[in-house]
Amino acid sequence: MMDALIFVLAGAFATATPLLFAALGELVVEKSGVLNLSVEGMMALSAAIAFMVTLQSGSHLVGFIAGAASGALLSAVFAVLVLGFMANQVAAGLAVGILGLGLSSLLGRSFEGATLLGIDKIAIPLLSEIPVLGKILFTQDIVVYVGIAATGLVAWFLYRTKAGLTLRVIGENPNTAHALGMRPVGVRFLAILFGGVMAGFAGAYASTVLTPLWSQDMIAGRGWIAVALVVFGTWRPGRVAVGAYLFGAVSLLGLALQAMGIGIPAQFMTCLPYVLTIVVLVAISADKVRVRLNAPAALGESYRAAS
Amino acid sequence: MLISPGSAAGSGAQPESLLRLEGITKSYGSLIANDKIDIHIRPGEIHAVLGENGAGKSTLMKIIFGVTQPNAGTIYWKGRPTEISSPARARALGIGMVFQHFSLFETITVAENISFTVPGDIRDLSRRIRAASETFGLAVEPDALVYKLSVGERQRVELVRCLLQEPSLLILDEPTSVLTPQAVEKLFVTLRMLSDKGIAILYISHKLEEIRALCHSATILRHGQVTGHVDPREETSRSLAKMMIGRDIPRSTHAEAKPDAKIALRVSGLSTRERDPHAVNLKGVCLEVRRGEIFGIAGVSGNGQQALSRFLSGEETLPAARKGEIEILGDAVGHLGAAERRRQGLSFIPEERLGRGAAPGLSLNDNMLLTGHRLGMVARGFIRKRVRDEHAERCIREMDVRCGGSGSNASSLSGGNLQKFIVGREMMLRPKVMVVAQPTWGIDIGAATMVRQKLVDLRDAGVSILLISEELEELFEISDRMAVMFEGRMSPPVHTRTTTPERIGQMMVGVFDARDEIATEAAQ
Repeated sequence: MMDALIFVLAGAFATATPLLFAALGELVVEKSGVLNLSVEGMMALSAAIAFMVTLQSGSHLVGFIAGAASGALLSAVFAVLVLGFMANQVAAGLAVGILGLGLSSLLGRSFEGATLLGIDKIAIPLLSEIPVLGKILFTQDIVVYVGIAATGLVAWFLYRTKAGLTLRVIGENPNTAHALGMRPVGVRFLAILFGGVMAGFAGAYASTVLTPLWSQDMIAGRGWIAVALVVFGTWRPGRVAVGAYLFGAVSLLGLALQAMGIGIPAQFMTCLPYVLTIVVLVAISADKVRVRLNAPAALGESYRAAS
Repeated sequence: MLISPGSAAGSGAQPESLLRLEGITKSYGSLIANDKIDIHIRPGEIHAVLGENGAGKSTLMKIIFGVTQPNAGTIYWKGRPTEISSPARARALGIGMVFQHFSLFETITVAENISFTVPGDIRDLSRRIRAASETFGLAVEPDALVYKLSVGERQRVELVRCLLQEPSLLILDEPTSVLTPQAVEKLFVTLRMLSDKGIAILYISHKLEEIRALCHSATILRHGQVTGHVDPREETSRSLAKMMIGRDIPRSTHAEAKPDAKIALRVSGLSTRERDPHAVNLKGVCLEVRRGEIFGIAGVSGNGQQALSRFLSGEETLPAARKGEIEILGDAVGHLGAAERRRQGLSFIPEERLGRGAAPGLSLNDNMLLTGHRLGMVARGFIRKRVRDEHAERCIREMDVRCGGSGSNASSLSGGNLQKFIVGREMMLRPKVMVVAQPTWGIDIGAATMVRQKLVDLRDAGVSILLISEELEELFEISDRMAVMFEGRMSPPVHTRTTTPERIGQMMVGVFDARDEIATEAAQ
């Protein structure tokens, strides 16, 4: 029983890491006032490219870099459409997302069923020897630790730096920001690229570390979960992280309970993480003033500089 | 740097000149917003730019502030030809601007807002903001979140932000449109102080009395062209208006209302809880509008007027248990929707013309149908186009709506013409009670005069009118009684003939008590 619980809680961090990376990236994009719905497609494409590169090079690091680069490239296509050609953000996001999914299946056909080695877990000296907690918190792979650090860094950037303040106000009102001498288009472009890089890491982690076996539909809706986490987490990095870890824990709980032979219908366990995550995050976001203060007011609106 | 006026003699280059525009022209497609504009401003001068909505004032300010570039003409700054390529460049030159629609971000603090234009550490900046607010008599709290501030407070934040950049020219775009009469006086004191310190002020307004009270010189615009450079202190409001609109103001005199005792619209104890946490809740609003009178509601916008319009029009309804809080002609209607209330004889002219008053993308014919469908325009569920078009054309004719025929889109009309169309449409429905919100906001004087006259005509025909307006002059001109909204509360009603703008101004900041009620009763 205890072992199962440790398995669930320890595994939750790894399961949540792709969601966390993608959601943190999308959070920054949305805070700048752009809704990028191509997260699923960016994750899928970078998962395939990272898998392919890791398979060829034998290096996870190179695979992650390739994944991030392909995520950034696809997000740049989206950025050109919405910032350059003023395309509707929802339509452009869906189109670019479908492009990413299609490319992912196409590339992935050549290594369908291939496997990779995962990466080693790092046991932090001393801390990992704490009973129970040591195994849950301090025996994880490096990317999980980076994800936790990234949450803090994104929060620090948004709420403690001048650049973060600029990004937030551009998401509230790009016209006013422009009138005050800021560059909404440039800032949004950088934010979209950051979102692409983060989705790239997320895809790379999913295909080369979490389940290092290529199959089509590798991402399986996790990009959409990430988009939902941003909204339900009321655009606050900490809450988004809580949502991601909660989702990870509950999805593993189902597996653990099945393994223990507890007779709950599998369908119920499959939908439980979705239901529970929504319930918890809705409760978090019940305070409307908070939501109003954190939601980017100009989200989804095209911006054109006055001429 | 101040140069005494005497030194200008003989130097040729007019060294006392701060800003000079020569032949500034700007067009948007076929529309010429600014046509060869010349303006000359000296240090310490308060210079008015006067014109109606659409005369090209805002475009001119955007050019001076670098938001947009002119197609032709030259800007001389301190005697040198200068290109003002961006707002940042304008600020670097020493030009500050307070926008009509404020350029503050709501979700961050006052100091954070100011930090975008005044570099430096936030804590240090907060100290400077406090110091400046004391020097200039502009109360501002640096740590407050902007969304909690009133419009008057926001304007002070904008002013302090400009002043911290030590500008030599300050542009104010319709600064008094959001202020109470008392706040306007305070603002003028501050502006005169700035002028004495050598800061020039470019003051954009369409309010003639203010310009005569404050400004040293004025440039008057009409249809994008300069129609006069004058000293407003030597002009009358009438002569200024003539230059502004090109003809004499149509003067209207209204006979006194003869309301009877019957109450046509009654609101008793209406309280609401707004979904939007930043909006103002109504708190026990009571009012009675008698048959054949215009009841005005004054107040700075954002004090609950929007909620009141929504609940009166039926856009939002009350639960059936509270239906008696709104009565039309004695019937409880609080629970009824907009269509049912209209059937009871209510008509509503909303503040937003495009989007609520009319559908922008539909023709005038179809817009006529929106509320006029009961005038025989629909038979067995099918539209009778001929009847619909006849009504639209009659409305256009009777209200003198300037448009390209009844088939043109509502969005292609100017604000004034669209408002005339909407008022005409609602009049055709022969309402018994009319709720009107900001009927003349942003429309030209000619259209505004006509709209007011039509409201008075309706009143004389026995219609009860509730007029929600920010324009005190309008309320004093046509309303018979009025009350003031402040933070969701409604003052006791007063008779227009026995009150003064000063008294209403006090009520607009929440100073109202039982004395007003006694005065009202005594007058009855």
